[in-house]
This record gives sequence, structure tokens and C-alpha cells, in this order.
Amino acid sequence: MKRRVLTGSVAALALFSAGMAHADKSNDTLRVAFTKELESVDSYFNSAREGVVLQRAIWDGLIYADPQTGEYSGNLATDWTWIDDTTLELKLREGVTFHDGSPFTADDVVYTVDFVANEANGAVTQRNVNWMDHAKKVDEHTVRIITKEPFPAALEYLSGPVSIYPSDYYAEAGPTGMGLKPIGTGPYKVVSVEPGKRFVLERNENYFDGPKGQAQIGNVDIRTIPDVNTQIAELFSGQLDLIWQVPSDQAERLEQMGQFTVANESTMRVGYLAMDAAGRSDPNNPFTKLEVRQAVNHAINREELVGELLKGKSIPVHTACFPSQFGCAQDVKEYEYDPEKARELLAQAGYPDGFATEFYAYRDRELAEAITSYLNAVGIRTDFKMLQYSALRDLNMKGETPLSFQTWGSFSVNDASAMVSQYFKHGELDDARDDAVLAELDIADSSTDPEVRKEHYRTALQRIADQAYWAPMFSYNTNYVSTAEVSYTPTADEVLRFHTMTWN
Amino acid sequence: MLRFILKRLGLALLVALTVSFISFSLLFLSGDPAIAIAGESANAEDVAAIRALYGFDRPMMVQYGDWLWHALQFDFGVSYYFRLPVADLIAERLSVTMTLGVCGIVFALLIAVPLGVIAAIRPNSLIDRIALFLSVAGQAMPSFWFGLILIVIFAIQLRILPASGADTWQHFIMPTIVLGYYAMPAIMRLTRAGMLEVLSADYIRTARAKGASEGRVLFKHALRNAIIPVVSLAAVQMGFMLGGSIVVESVFALHGAGYLAWESIGRNDLPTVQALILVFALFYIVFTFLADVLNAWLDPRMRSA
Repeated sequence: MKRRVLTGSVAALALFSAGMAHADKSNDTLRVAFTKELESVDSYFNSAREGVVLQRAIWDGLIYADPQTGEYSGNLATDWTWIDDTTLELKLREGVTFHDGSPFTADDVVYTVDFVANEANGAVTQRNVNWMDHAKKVDEHTVRIITKEPFPAALEYLSGPVSIYPSDYYAEAGPTGMGLKPIGTGPYKVVSVEPGKRFVLERNENYFDGPKGQAQIGNVDIRTIPDVNTQIAELFSGQLDLIWQVPSDQAERLEQMGQFTVANESTMRVGYLAMDAAGRSDPNNPFTKLEVRQAVNHAINREELVGELLKGKSIPVHTACFPSQFGCAQDVKEYEYDPEKARELLAQAGYPDGFATEFYAYRDRELAEAITSYLNAVGIRTDFKMLQYSALRDLNMKGETPLSFQTWGSFSVNDASAMVSQYFKHGELDDARDDAVLAELDIADSSTDPEVRKEHYRTALQRIADQAYWAPMFSYNTNYVSTAEVSYTPTADEVLRFHTMTWN
Repeated sequence: MLRFILKRLGLALLVALTVSFISFSLLFLSGDPAIAIAGESANAEDVAAIRALYGFDRPMMVQYGDWLWHALQFDFGVSYYFRLPVADLIAERLSVTMTLGVCGIVFALLIAVPLGVIAAIRPNSLIDRIALFLSVAGQAMPSFWFGLILIVIFAIQLRILPASGADTWQHFIMPTIVLGYYAMPAIMRLTRAGMLEVLSADYIRTARAKGASEGRVLFKHALRNAIIPVVSLAAVQMGFMLGGSIVVESVFALHGAGYLAWESIGRNDLPTVQALILVFALFYIVFTFLADVLNAWLDPRMRSA
């Protein structure tokens, strides 16, 4: 708290004293800050937002999804058809070359898919690749991807996290070499990588005419600056042109100054409370009772959390998925803020004086503390524990958390399977273990008929809401702040796209 | 002297071993590294696969023995996070931290020792008051705050120094001031106290009586004796600066070893944390050892100890 007040005042001081910042437009270099040290540029070997940003600049997927409409069009592939439930045949674009000059062919697709889909190779984002079994070359520019099971969300993954690497180079360099000297087909080439610290890109002059379009800005210089206040200072001193993930209070002050462009966009990340309905932590824990879970849902003032703390384009969420995701039906039971009703429900469940419970969180302490105050107000006395992510995850997997504040960003995959199916299919993170939900999700995840999928996701989501297995609360948002020289329209998937940025 | 050095070295080795074992056990207790490596998207099978791949399912003592055996051959393994050799990673980051640490301690000594001496010569004078104020302020001000204030003044208002990065020597000016400032109060108070005590000693009166110049009295006779505890303190401070410049490295985006250690703990990156702890422990040991030798040179009586 002390730190917050102090940093707040430093930012205020900076605002009063700042002169006009100037972008480095003159030498066509966009200077951007990352907050987190990226572990590896190889997109299959990092699980970071920053990694997705670089992936979209350096590589291409077979398919392209319009970030605004979600519509699919050809990228490295020009055409595709499902031959059967598990075989997708793709026609590849001809005349595309990698940054090292080698031509893009079916061999590259086969090598990349076979490499990343093989669990032994240790791709860290297994969920993004483990639906593929292998790929088969039909001819130089035709390839088939064979999925392990029917996987209707395939196009979403092929246009998102799955990008194609040059086979010869990847075979020789491996993930480590690819991370240090990445080669792709994308709109930007990599000039240099200082692991975790700095990434320099330049425009790919030979980029094919694809749906991403040609990059406009010549060079991108990305530095990792962990402290947001330092990032803001560098923006003021003219050493940075664009920062993102700026906290809402800082972004508000920057906007009031008028000399920076502040844009806010929603992200797919949803914050929710997970409750141990299955009784994994203790068969008699209060959350095994429906009334208690409903009481928790009624205790949370979602509007207030969104309006006072998250701000921007955050919205209250009532489903176990992000509303824009395919299949994320919104006609589910909504629990309005009603502390009185929450107290009544607790009394009905046999807790007229409330009860005490452990409450875990791993990020956003302020939000977690606001949530504890809502819970305390209806009589749920929380023993609040803030843990490192991995430590909490460990407890989650062992089923030792009666109540925890969790978030999930779905890796920007715009399909409900990326969220609800991750948590309600009796995996180690499933605290509901509801067979009815599992049955619905099994159909929804594997049907190739979009209408059938929608219908079964709806039934599953309705049951999850009726049973109040979670208390979904809100979506996150992020702030992008740039100098007036930079023109950029952010998208709702929290991916910075350098190739759509221009100088004003 | 040789026996003294050998005894010290043996002791130092035991300290290093103990530190590495304790840190290994603490990290082992703090969370499952397999989950940190697997990332947010992983399911139970992924984690189990990684656990087996890295050998986290073995007993702790076996893992520690394994680590120690390789460490003795200067093989610190591969960072779980960066997937790069830990030795390369640390070598690259350590240069920034070493530069910063040396600059910081030199800066602190250059300011704190003269101030302490002057404060001792003129106790309760204006300059003594100023020195006292500086040391109180130095201990009270959080370093990230001080760093940001400097950034606001020198990077934003005056635009004469870069706010972040480690590309040129100018990048090190502000971090040096912030880091050095925190070592100053203790050094200055100790110099002042030592000088006050020494100046009232009989041999100083003797030196003055035999007609030695004031400068000779102060520097040859007084300071040489008063500085002995300061040398020990500076050595500890130096060790602290090398391992504890986390906040400064973070504010000025220097990407040094301190910040690497801090971040690696959060990432459960065991090989990196273990190697860094060993390096930091060795620094402490080397600096205290050097301080002992230096003190033995300053005060011959200590050589026999």
C-alpha cells in the first residue's frame, strides 16, 4: 500500500514536470517496452503474452482469423477441407519464402506439426498442439493434418498459436537456436535477440501478400523494463513510443494530459472464484452445499469491481467462459448482487452465523482483498493466503483449496473449449466433477456441427451456472499508451500487432 | 599468516556448502518446479511428464547430491526458464551487477568517509548535522522511490541521463547513486564514531605533543585505526550490493544478477537460483576474507589472531 501511494505520487510528479515527448519516427524505429522477461522467442517454448506478440510478427499460421470479426481466411494455406472427422487437407500458398530465403513447402508443415505434437519434444504449451497427431505431405503444396480425435476448434488453433517453422533450420537449430535466432515467414524479421532483455525486428521486405498485410513501420526495438513507472518515465523522456498493460489509474492520468494516445481494450481473461463443490479438500466443506455456492455468487458485487477497480472495457461475467468465445452461451442463470439473500442462503445451508474458510489467490492482491471484503460482509470469514502461481497451482491440482480466486486467459483462443472444457472435464483442476457437465462437453468438444456444439456448450454452461460451481466475476482489460506519432487500433485479444501500426 | 588464511578458507567453504544446502531445501519446499515449467496451460499429465523428465520425482538428497556433483565440475545445468546454460546466463548478467556494485561502494566510500571524518573533527557542528540528516534520510527513503525521483529530475526534466538500460556508462550514474546512498549512512556513522573514539586516545595526544602536523595526526594515526571496522563493514555492504541490488536493477531495467535471482525464485528456476546463491555466497566469503587481510595489513596485531 505504501509503495502504491509513493509510486502514484511519483507518476503525478512526472506528469507535472514533463515536456513534450518525441517519437523516433525520424529513423523509422518503434520503441516498445515489455514488462516480463520472455523465456524464449520460440513460440512453442514460452507461455507468455509477450511470446504471442513476437509470434504474430515473426511467423505465420496456416489460417488467419480476423481479430475483429473472427472470420477465417487463408494465410500460409489458401484453401482447406475436412476429408473426414480427423483429417484436414490444406492447399498451401506458393511462392512464400522464409527469412533465410528457403522456400515454404509441405515439408515445413509436416516437420513443424510432427515436432511440436510429439510430447517428448517438450513444447510447453501442450494444449495448443496436443490435438494434432501428425501431418502428411500429399504433394509439394498440399498437406494433411491428422487430429487425434475430432477437433472442431482446429481452425481456431491453426490461425492462433500454431505457426509454421522452416524444417531444415528448425531440425538443425532446435528450440534453443530458434529462440536465439528466430526464422519465420512473418511480416518482421529478427535482427537480434538478447534473451529476456531486448528484441530487435526489421520489416520483411519480401513478405507475401497475405491477410496480415505489409508492415508499415521499418524497425521495432523492444526492451524489457520491469517497472511500469520506469516505462512511463521513458515514454516522457522520448525513449519509448508505445507501452501496454498500463494500470488503469496511471492510464487515466496519462490520458488527462492529452499528449499521449491512450486506448483501452478488453482481453479474454476472466476472473472467477473456484469452489470445492466435489469436496476434494474436505468432504464436509461448506462449498459442497449448493446454497453456499449460490450465496458466494450473490455476495460479489461484480458491477462495483468492474466500475471501481478494473475500469475500462472490463465487463461483468456470468459464464465459465469469455462471452465472445464460440459456444459461450449467455442465457445462463445470473446471480445479482444481494448480500441479504446470500446471508439467507447461508442460513438455509446450516450456517446462520457464516463460517470460516481458507481463501487463496495468486495475482491482483487488490481485487482479491475486495473480494474478501464482500465475502466477510455476508459472514464468510476468509483466511486469505496469497501464493506464487506455481505454489497455488500445486494445491489446486491436489484439490486442497476450498475457495480460490483464479483467472484464465484462454490463450486468446476464441472458442469456449479453451476455457470451460479445460476445467470441467474431471481433470486435476476440476473441483465440480459433474458427470452431466462432462457428458455435454464431450459432445460439444468433438462434434463437427457448429449448431450441435453450441447447443451442448449451452446446456453445460447452464448447468454450471445453476449449480454455481464457480462464481465468474469479470473480464480483464488492458491499456495501450503511445505517443501521438504512433497510430494503432488494439484488438480484444491482447495481442500487439506491429504490422498494423503506422506513423501519424 | 598462511595458517590464518587456510583456516579462513576452510571455514568459507563450509559456509558456502551450508548456504547451498539450505537454499536447495527451501526451494524444494516452496513449490513444485514442474508446475512452474509446465506453465498455465498444462494439465496433470504434462506436469507428471516434466517431473519425470527433470527428475523431480527423486528424493531431495539425491537431487541435491546430483546438483553438487555437477556444480563441483562447474556445470550448473540449464535454466528451466530460459533453456540456456546457467553459467552463460549468469556470466552475462553478473558483469552489470559487478560494475554497479563496485561503482556503488566506491561512491559510498568517497562520500561517507570524508563526511564521517569531518563530522568527527567538528562534532555537533553544522556539517555534522547535515551528515546526520543525510544518513537518517538515506535509511528512511525506499530505494525505488529515490530512484524514481532521480529519473524524474535527470531523465525527464533535465534529459541529461538515460532512465533505463545498461548500454553506456551514463546508464550507471543514477543506479550508482541510489545503490551507494544506502551504504553511506552506516559507513559514515561508523567512521565518525571510530574517529571520535580514536581522537580522544592517548597516542593521538602523544602524536600531537611530539609536534606532528594535524593532517599527519588525522590520516596517519587516527584514520588508519578508525577505518578498520569500516573496512569490514564495507566488505559486507559490497556483498549486499552484489546480491541485493534487486530493486535498483528493476527500477533502472539493468537486468543484472540480483534481478535475475529475484525473478528466478518466482519462476522456481532451481538451477539458476542455486548457482546464483552460490555465487553470492562466494562473494560474501571473498570480500570478508579480503577485509580480514586488509585489516591485518592495517593493524599488525590482527595477523596473529
